[in-house]
Amino acid sequence: MSDILILAEFTGEKIAKTTAELATCGARAGEVTVLVLAAPGKGNALAAQITTGLVTSVLVIESEDFARYSVAAAADAIAQIVLERRPAALLIASSAFGKEVAGRVGVATESGIITDAVDVAADLTATQVVFGGSTTVHSRVSHGTAIITVRPNSVTPDLAPSTPVISHASYVISDSAKLAEVISSEPSVQGGRPELTEAQIVVSGGRGTNGDFGPVEAFADSLGAAVGASRAATDAGWYLHSHQVGQTGKTVSPQLYVACGISGAIQHRAGMQTSKTIVVINKDPDAPIFEIADFGVVGDLFAVLPQATEGVRARKS
Amino acid sequence: MKIAVCIKQVPDSWAEKKMINGLLDREGVDAVLNDLDEYAVEEALRIVEAHGGNGEGGANTITLVSMGPERTTEAVRKALSMGADDAIVVTDDALAGSDALATSKVLAAVIASGGFDFVVCGTESTDARMGVLPAMLAQRLGWAQLTFAGSVVVEPAARNVTIARVTDVGVERMKAQFPVVISVIEKINEPRYPSFKGIMAAKKKTIDIRTLAAVGIDAASVGVGGAWSVVNDSTPRPPRAAGIKVIDEGNGGEALVNFLVEKKLI
Ligand SMILES: Cc1cc2nc3c(=O)[nH]c(=O)nc-3n(C[C@H](O)[C@H](O)[C@H](O)COP(=O)(O)OP(=O)(O)OC[C@H]3O[C@@H](n4cnc5c(N)ncnc54)[C@H](O)[C@@H]3O)c2cc1C
Ligand SMILES: Nc1ncnc2c1ncn2[C@@H]1O[C@H](COP(=O)(O)O)[C@@H](O)[C@H]1O
Repeated sequence: MSDILILAEFTGEKIAKTTAELATCGARAGEVTVLVLAAPGKGNALAAQITTGLVTSVLVIESEDFARYSVAAAADAIAQIVLERRPAALLIASSAFGKEVAGRVGVATESGIITDAVDVAADLTATQVVFGGSTTVHSRVSHGTAIITVRPNSVTPDLAPSTPVISHASYVISDSAKLAEVISSEPSVQGGRPELTEAQIVVSGGRGTNGDFGPVEAFADSLGAAVGASRAATDAGWYLHSHQVGQTGKTVSPQLYVACGISGAIQHRAGMQTSKTIVVINKDPDAPIFEIADFGVVGDLFAVLPQATEGVRARKS
Repeated sequence: MKIAVCIKQVPDSWAEKKMINGLLDREGVDAVLNDLDEYAVEEALRIVEAHGGNGEGGANTITLVSMGPERTTEAVRKALSMGADDAIVVTDDALAGSDALATSKVLAAVIASGGFDFVVCGTESTDARMGVLPAMLAQRLGWAQLTFAGSVVVEPAARNVTIARVTDVGVERMKAQFPVVISVIEKINEPRYPSFKGIMAAKKKTIDIRTLAAVGIDAASVGVGGAWSVVNDSTPRPPRAAGIKVIDEGNGGEALVNFLVEKKLI
């Protein structure tokens, strides 16, 4: 069986859904070992959360350098493991962090890299959707370990229980990975709502909210959805940058995306165009976002959203 | 300070892009300076302006570094007209179809031989959208990586750089000593428009065009032949089927909910 490594992702100290998604892809191609990079003493508690997703083993590496030197330290440890085992593949979730780690490991281990795959087949062929959703590409890594980053929420995870064997290893982080130091960090707050890239439903607001995200949040909460924002809204300071959807924000691919008061600029579409169903509320009937809407309401979001929120609540109760 | 800024020419964001033989067709579309790289040029200009500027004969210079086909010089002229001093462009037929690993090898070779204190990049090129190049550069050069910066503070005397790394997981303050690879996010500044004076001045600035051989890289290790990932096939996706559009006449919200129910989304 091929050796497949995947990098576990945690939000705080809680396992992210992407880990099971990566394991599901990996298990098609071989035997999955999950890498857990942890602060000293924290590894077992993190590893214990890996209970699903066709995982054979978990390898815990503890070092205080991971928090202190971020991407470079993670990449350094992983590159050492890759050079030692020469796995068939290394799968990582597509995020700013994941892609940068992948890039550095690619250079360090002379391995090809593919980013933002939406699927990975048993022969490690990756599927990507490029050019703002207009083209599907199949590609393969042809040299070294296949390093592939996979977009969250694009693969249905196999949630069958697994009881992986947990082992520990330690690696000395190279000096060249300790050049940039983290002096402080403030994790972004989720405010009780689901994580944007993991959510089944995303409700986003744009300039049309005029700074009042109340109706957007209320509708999101009625659906148990995450809240997103256009760049116009994050630039204006109405919503945190970490909630921006689009080219320079997050890429989301939920079952349902609701765009409220968003015109549909190409940069916004780049982050949401592969959503399964798209619903739009905009008072301008000519807004380009209607071109990609499965259902559009031409109207004022301040009237339409509260009515829709009531409607959802009534049907759920 | 001697600063390099990595810029790329890309197809216009609005242009319809297509693949020919597994490669992006770069000939048939309008090409522009990658808009995310404008923030990198702007930030480099602001950094030098805070420390005496980049006037002729002064202590600070900004050199643009780019790899791409010959017409890349169009994008380079735009960045020169914003105020960068000069440029190095690597162009060679053998480079067509290079992957990010090869691109980073070429750019790292140019940067390593240039005596730069730091390099500023955008976070992503709007065509490939990989967002990996700055990290690859840092790895290849053995320099500190300070990427996804939402703010940058440079202290030339101490050779120190501090950034706020702004990503989906939060904000981290990071610091490092020269030499450093920086990438900047689009929230960091508002790129200036080139002035008439800037455009005229740019015409006289030097663009040093280099072949692969001049950079010292083997042609077999780049381009389609040297790429470590290959495209098997690419197919245009069917456009989304036209949807339903209703005009709100007092029951738009209800209509929306009915649609969600019908689609079993609630
Ligand atoms: C380098 C670069 C990167 C970018 N990255 C991103 C990105 O990641 N994400 C992103 O979103 N954008 C991004 N943009 C910006 C993008 O080009 C647009 O400017 C932005 O998406 C517009 O946001 P908007 O749709 O909210 O605002 P607008 O374009 O101003 O649209 C507002 C819409 O709201 C409607 N409206 C107004 N009032 C109401 C009401 N009461 N009820 C209903 N509808 C109403 C209007 O009809 C209009 O269609 C980027 C731009 C650049 C140059
Ligand atoms: N061919 C290139 N020439 C110069 N700089 C580049 C090139 N490709 C990428 N870059 C730089 O690397 C950044 C990230 O690009 P990418 O990893 O391709 O998304 C860009 O914003 C540029 O600053």
